[in-house]
Parts: sequence; C-alpha cells; structure tokens
Amino acid sequence: MADPTTEQIEKVITDSLISFGANAEDINRDAELAALDIDSLDLAELSQIIEEHFGVELTSADVAEITTVGDAIDLVAERA
Amino acid sequence: MSQARPQGAAALVTGGSRGIGAAIAGALAADGWPVAVNYRNGAADAAATVASIEASGGRAVALHGDVADPAVPALLIEAAAEALGGPVLALVNNAGVRADGLALSLSDEDWRIVLDTNLGSTYRLTRVALRAMIRARFGRVINIASVVGPRANAGQANYAASKAAVIAFTKTAAVEVARRGVTINAVAPGLIATGMTEDIPEAFREKVPAGRAGTPEEVAAAVAFLASERAGYITGSTVYVDGGLSA
Repeated sequence: MADPTTEQIEKVITDSLISFGANAEDINRDAELAALDIDSLDLAELSQIIEEHFGVELTSADVAEITTVGDAIDLVAERA
Repeated sequence: MSQARPQGAAALVTGGSRGIGAAIAGALAADGWPVAVNYRNGAADAAATVASIEASGGRAVALHGDVADPAVPALLIEAAAEALGGPVLALVNNAGVRADGLALSLSDEDWRIVLDTNLGSTYRLTRVALRAMIRARFGRVINIASVVGPRANAGQANYAASKAAVIAFTKTAAVEVARRGVTINAVAPGLIATGMTEDIPEAFREKVPAGRAGTPEEVAAAVAFLASERAGYITGSTVYVDGGLSA
C-alpha cells in the first residue's frame, strides 16, 4: 500500500472518534481526546483500527503520548 | 437492550475434548454456535466431541494446542476464526489442571503448571479475543472457575489460588469492556462427575446439600445461558453450579 495521505489518516481517526461517541463538530486537530470523552478503551480500539488500516502498531507507551487529535494524526503519519 | 449475536460469530472452548468442556461445546453448538473444540492431548476424544456435535446437526472443528504455552492463544483464536469462517465472539476458558499437594510441600513446578494453565491461559486468550469482540460490539467470555478458590480445599492451594484469581480477573476485565456489549462472567462448578474428580472421596460428596455430584451438562447449561443474547446484562458475575455447596 502506498503511504496514506494525512487526509486519509484524519478521516479514519475522525470516523473512529465519532463511532466512539464524540461530537463531529467538536473534532479538530487541537481538540483534546479527553475533552471528547475518549477513554482508554476507545484508544485501545483506535490503535486496532489504525493497525488494520495503515499497518502501524502503536504501543501503549505511544498511545500515552497522544493528547490531541492532531497528535494522533501526526504519529500515524510519521510511522506509516 | 441486549445486542443480537452477529452473523457468523464463532465459539472457542478450551479443554473441550472431554468432561465439562465437551458438554459446553455440545451445548453451545445446540444453541447454533459453530464451535472450535481445543484439546491438548486426547485427539480421539476431541474428534468424538466434534462427531457428536455434527451428528446433532451442529458445526464443530477440533483444534490442537497447549493453552499454557504463551504463544498458543493468539494462534488458537486465529485458527478458530479461520476454520469456522467468523470471529470468535464466545470464548470459554475451560482448560484446567490439578497438581495437588499441601502448600508446605508443593513444588515450584506444581505451582507454575497450575497457574499457567488455569490463570495464564484465561488472561492471554481473553486479551486476544477481546480485540474482535469490542469491534463487533458483542462478545461473551465465560471463565470456568471453581468453588475451590472462594472456599478452602486442603491440598489444593495452587488450584484455589488460580481459580480465585480467575474470578478476580473476570470482574475487572468485565467492567473494562462492558460498554462495548461484551460480557465476561465466571461459572464455578462444585463437585461434578468427570474424570478429573474420580478420586474425590465419598465423604466429600456427602457435604453437597443436593446429595449428589453434578453433571457436566448442568455446568454447560449455565455457560450456554451466559453466552446467549438473553444474558446481555449479566457481567462480572460468578454463577455457582454446585448443588448448594457454597451457599
């Protein structure tokens, strides 16, 4: 698979956050995941989704570094 | 509202070739689950369990693997999903061993084998299986515990420790995934008539309020219920199937 674009990564992450119950209008690069009510179980599932879509394995240490939506997008873009 | 069981959902029963495990595999198959029957030794028994399920119109496959080996759980979940054509959304952690002795004389090996098989495999299989379950928004994990653990039983300190820990693991794992429609419960059998309990003295049998040993099918009935859609609001619980022994 060719490297995914930032837009593709952003879409997968945004769709996932919405499926976990976040409000679409609250999601932007600077939004903090905690403020979107994304918890550790959601993040574990997000890691699985990212692995399935982009082949990027995120460790729990990686996930712990993610604070904002933008952090998640940048981390996947860097590793993909 | 309880979620419906997704189309194609499969079940895996560890230690399913005989005794309680075989009865559980049969009960799940009767409820329409395609079932993977895991076994460590006893290929003939596993084949007989599969044949019996197929003769009743169910679907089953036998899968070899020692669940105490840390590498096996992931392979087993994958093999079951592949063989049955759908993700494992019901996992019954039934495989268990005994290596009895007074606490003061247990060997490290007696301790290790019982903890690795009864507790370690439950944790590792659950960890792997939960991945598909949380994505499916449906899952059933049923851990076979024992009345021994919540209660003392001289000569089984290792077994009791493993089974009490299975109940503790069940409770905490259950609350972690409850929001995803995944339930995790324990079933604690008392004295059940199987090959594993043949050497239990008659005096113990007399302590059972029901006045008899239970059957593997009576344990399997509780497991099948917990695996069903009807049990969607039961999670983190331990169901005792013990003829009143722990009451």
